[in-house]
Amino acid sequence: MRTAELINFHEEPNDAASASAPTTESANDQSGTIVKPPAIPTGQAAPKGMVWRNMADWFTRNIGSAALALTSIALFIGFWYLAVKYRLDFYVRFINIPAPLDVLDEIVRLSKTDTFYENMLISLRRILMGFGIAVVSGITLGLIIGRYRRARQLMFPMLEILRPIPAIAWVPMAIMLWPTNESSIVFITFIGSFFPIMLSTVHGVTSVDPVLIRAARCLGAKEPALLRQVILPAALPDIFNGLSVGMGVAWVSLIAAEMISGQLGIGYFTWEAYSLIQYSDIVIGMIVIGFLGLACSSAIRLVGRLGMPWANQNGGNKA
Amino acid sequence: MTADKGKVEIRNLDVRFGRGANQIEAVSDVNINIQPGEFVSILGPSGCGKSTLLNVVAGFVKRSGGSVLVDGADVLGPGAERGMVFQQYSLFPWMTVRKNVEFGLKMQGRPRSEREAAARTLLGLAGLLAFENHYPDQLSGGMKQRVGIVRALATSPQVLLMDEPFGALDAQTRVVMQQILTNMWQRFRLSVLFITHDIDESIFLSDKVYVMTARPGRIKAEIEVPLPRPRVAEMTTSAEFMQLRRQLHELIREESFKAMGGDLKEGMGGFGMEVGPRGVAELI
Repeated sequence: MRTAELINFHEEPNDAASASAPTTESANDQSGTIVKPPAIPTGQAAPKGMVWRNMADWFTRNIGSAALALTSIALFIGFWYLAVKYRLDFYVRFINIPAPLDVLDEIVRLSKTDTFYENMLISLRRILMGFGIAVVSGITLGLIIGRYRRARQLMFPMLEILRPIPAIAWVPMAIMLWPTNESSIVFITFIGSFFPIMLSTVHGVTSVDPVLIRAARCLGAKEPALLRQVILPAALPDIFNGLSVGMGVAWVSLIAAEMISGQLGIGYFTWEAYSLIQYSDIVIGMIVIGFLGLACSSAIRLVGRLGMPWANQNGGNKA
Repeated sequence: MTADKGKVEIRNLDVRFGRGANQIEAVSDVNINIQPGEFVSILGPSGCGKSTLLNVVAGFVKRSGGSVLVDGADVLGPGAERGMVFQQYSLFPWMTVRKNVEFGLKMQGRPRSEREAAARTLLGLAGLLAFENHYPDQLSGGMKQRVGIVRALATSPQVLLMDEPFGALDAQTRVVMQQILTNMWQRFRLSVLFITHDIDESIFLSDKVYVMTARPGRIKAEIEVPLPRPRVAEMTTSAEFMQLRRQLHELIREESFKAMGGDLKEGMGGFGMEVGPRGVAELI
């Protein structure tokens, strides 16, 4: 066993000990979780057959999954095309539904108008504001409720009563409460995303390993530092789960609010298209909502990955 | 470093949990002395209250009676002058190894450059400098615990409290970690209160071993370990070591069976065997 150098390190300068550490560990630890600094295989090329097999693997994995994804999309559009062409009328009616190519033409036309982009930007701005306020207030309140028993006893029952009320049910009330249409739409977006964010923060805070809090206190952490530097980061994986869910609900709420009380916005655009019998625009509105929602969820996932590098070092098994 | 600091006096300590009929006496009338720079172990069967005792010194558990003084100051709550190492490592998973070690210094408001330098020096001593930017989840158990020890040392505590720190490691890693710890202790010369149920571990590391009884935890014996320093692996086969091991084994065995409770006795009785606590030990 090559432990001698390591064991005597108290008489040695740093580098000897640190150099011998990995060998010692791998010799002594069977847990198999050691990750050594990546070893670079120099001059020892893999056998040729391996390289080809690896490349083939890569292709089947990536091209294969892309092909499958495209297949399902193509099948969907193909069904849509045929259903419209043959005027399918079997419980679902495709009589008034625009054909895929009509929709494509309309997209080309719309993409040259300003209002189309304006509607998107306005919806995005509402999401950003409503969701942003929900993030700040949801996480703050979640931290307080999760950490302090008295705060929980004070606020949780009331929040539990408000929680089951869907954001859409807030529409009439919001219109009465807020001076402008704009602020009531933002409010509804906020209400929708607030609860998932707040609740997952509470969950994250209450499930922080108590031994971490003990360790921090032993190292001299007082309450404010404990909250900011231990409890908050420990709860981050849960918080990000809440953000993903919250973002989804934010879009649901926003579109509903825009359809009911809106001026401008992509939900309003979609509903207006129905009123004006511009059926292609309905489809376009839906597609745009889909893509914007996807973009927002991806943005959250990206922020989560960047903000929690420790959680995906081992393939994200620590979420 | 802290040659004249780190005197711990535990006087007539009582710890009781619960109230009325459900009250449990966890620790009863415990007296322990740790001289500055002394390595003291508490050896006892699981569930004997030795961790409770340590948590009282750490300031996490309130005592019901008696006093705990560290360098003459009453222990009122957790503090950085009493560093703690936990069995479950308790590293912050969102911080790199170095940031973990820096945490205590950051709490003291030390400037970044100073923290970094201190952390790197200590990590170098523990042979972990190459891993300073790794996250704890990327390390093996033995490495994690080395980070845990180094992190507790970073704030230059007067006393190091260790709660079965190697309990979760496999036997081989454990032996290496004991050697590393005794070398570190040799270098820093700070007081250590070490909790363990491993007899060899307690002898190898300590100047003094307190044996604790099963619940309620009392001090049953205080055994000096006269082995020379620095300690090396060969000593574990010396006659002196063997003698101590036999002595402690005798003391601890009775307590282990007591700790396992009457069920065992009755269970054995069911097989038509007449046994006392000692008897069961003999049978097994």
